[in-house]
Amino acid sequence: MDFMNTFRLALRALSRNKMRSALTMLGIIIGVGAVIAVVSIGQGANYLVQQGIAAMGTNAVFIASGSNRAGGVRQGYGGVKTLTVDDMNAILREIPLIKEAAPTLSNNQQIVYGNQNWNTRVTGTTPNYFDIRSWPVQSGSVFSDEEVDLAANVCVLGTTVEKILFLDEDPIGKTIRIGNLPFRVDGILASKGQSTVGQDQDDVIFAPYTTVQRKIQGITWLQAINASAVSQQASIAAVAPISSLLRERHRLRTGTDDDFLIRTQADIEDLADQTQSVMTLLLGGIASVSLLVGGIGIMNIMLVSVTERTREIGVRMAVGATEDDVRRQFLVEAVTLSMMGGFIGIVFGLVGSALISNLLSWPTLISGKAIIAAVIFSAAVGIFFGYYPAHKAAQLDPIEALRYE
Amino acid sequence: MKPNGGAAKPVIRLESVYKTYDLGEVQVQALRGVSLEVYEGEFVAVMGPSGSGKSTVMNILGCLDRPTHGHYYLDGVDVSHMAKNQLARIRNRKLGFVFQQFNLLSRTSALENVELPTVYAGIRPEERARRAMESLTRVGLADRAGHHPSQLSGGQQQRVAIARGLVNRPAILLADEPTGNLDSRTSVEIMDILQTLNEEQGLTIVLVTHEPDIAQYSKRTLEFRDGRLRKDTLVQDRSLAREVLLTLPTPEEQAAEDAVEIARQNKLEADQAPT
Repeated sequence: MDFMNTFRLALRALSRNKMRSALTMLGIIIGVGAVIAVVSIGQGANYLVQQGIAAMGTNAVFIASGSNRAGGVRQGYGGVKTLTVDDMNAILREIPLIKEAAPTLSNNQQIVYGNQNWNTRVTGTTPNYFDIRSWPVQSGSVFSDEEVDLAANVCVLGTTVEKILFLDEDPIGKTIRIGNLPFRVDGILASKGQSTVGQDQDDVIFAPYTTVQRKIQGITWLQAINASAVSQQASIAAVAPISSLLRERHRLRTGTDDDFLIRTQADIEDLADQTQSVMTLLLGGIASVSLLVGGIGIMNIMLVSVTERTREIGVRMAVGATEDDVRRQFLVEAVTLSMMGGFIGIVFGLVGSALISNLLSWPTLISGKAIIAAVIFSAAVGIFFGYYPAHKAAQLDPIEALRYE
Repeated sequence: MKPNGGAAKPVIRLESVYKTYDLGEVQVQALRGVSLEVYEGEFVAVMGPSGSGKSTVMNILGCLDRPTHGHYYLDGVDVSHMAKNQLARIRNRKLGFVFQQFNLLSRTSALENVELPTVYAGIRPEERARRAMESLTRVGLADRAGHHPSQLSGGQQQRVAIARGLVNRPAILLADEPTGNLDSRTSVEIMDILQTLNEEQGLTIVLVTHEPDIAQYSKRTLEFRDGRLRKDTLVQDRSLAREVLLTLPTPEEQAAEDAVEIARQNKLEADQAPT
């Protein structure tokens, strides 16, 4: 018997018990639908994370001052006072893989404008910083290198700070107070929104690092250097030379710990990838449990069907159906059942993720791989769980089957 | 026994066939050395009480079962030790089955039921439909091709089953109690179809029955008892279904007669009732 015939036969047999077939498919539909929906939500989340990483500046190399140890007591990052602007200049001079760098040091300050006040993080840096982090101003301008050299009292604001302090007023050129010092507002940064960990990235103020070092914090060292390599590979390749350069400059003997910490974009992406692979594993788990349950449902119904149709099987065998013919008939029926469930599940999943996308305004990305996997898995479930009932049907003795009441 | 003279070849030849069923502790000897020959164009009735081995012999003749010992030559080929798949092929090409329970597929049209053996013979769809229609015409049911079994009378269902048995042009038609579920008139109608097929087209028919008057329509009877062939006789005074049908009232006449009888009964009762 040819395949089309067998397939048509399977469709007819399944349509005879529409309710039963639909209920049997439900397990597969829910399993596949859930996986498609959750994968597309997960991909959407992943897309957000990737964007967040890109927002930190491509090819970024982040050098933070490390902890030092005083008689066995470790202080956290930023505890040491060894990382300086000279270190940064040395890196720029001696390591050609690094093309740009900006120093940072920050702490929280009370800021006042008119009758409004707010407490936020004030970071000292250079104009380079905004290039490295690809962070443009939305109005006004960033302070200049000259202003950095002069340790001028100028600043740029994040949009959150601007909204709180200025309400409807135009902030450019106005003077705000940071701590006890007056600062001129030069520009407003474009909004970056929340970071991947939910922090408001716009609740910030930037000023020349010299001003922050001398006038606000009264220190000579840095907390971190934000550098940018010539390429993504270079950012990874630069880690070792930066490390040895800094160790040399800080006169660290071999065997002692680093007093700095270097992170690259690749590290952060690794972390994101790791998160994603955990999620994929989790989804795989959910998918296989629901497909397993759906498959058992199919096996159950196929066994019932074989018993109900014992006489039919007997007649078919009497008129010349071979064991293979009978086995194929029931196997195709089971696979048709599971694959129809799979296809309906895919449609449900797509509709579900579209709904989530619209109602919760959460980006969803439809994964072609997930759809292909769903089709393959549902076919595999049909074959795996359909084989036993089909084999049972094929093994029937025609004489017994014909006599079956 | 060669009713058609020495030239005819045996379609069926059993050579000392034994069949033993192993039921664990006991062994049941269903057949104890059966030898027989059936020639082309014969119409044989297999008779015997239950437990005589007639069902077993039918299963072996139908290639649904294999003998424990001995040989079965079907159309000159020894099929007694063939594999299951080969037997399925033999059943498909050489044999036609008619059962007591009709065994038609429900919710499937008469035409598709008749087509079933051609599907397993790997015949192309157009040819399948053509052959099935031709076969239905032979049993006089061409106008019922689209009906489902539930829309057909018992006699019509059995005719569809006969059409299905004929569709692959088998060497033998095996009928297992084909009239067991039918009333007298319909039984004779079915026997008429079998006799016509046998006489006009030379179809070899083997029929199992326990009713002597049904066996009377065949040409030769084989009587089984205790797993052995006890009697092999040519039928004397053979009944011809076509003639018998003339003596039987048609369903309409029967209904009219019944109505008269019921009316008479009712009148009697009314008369006897105290007024």
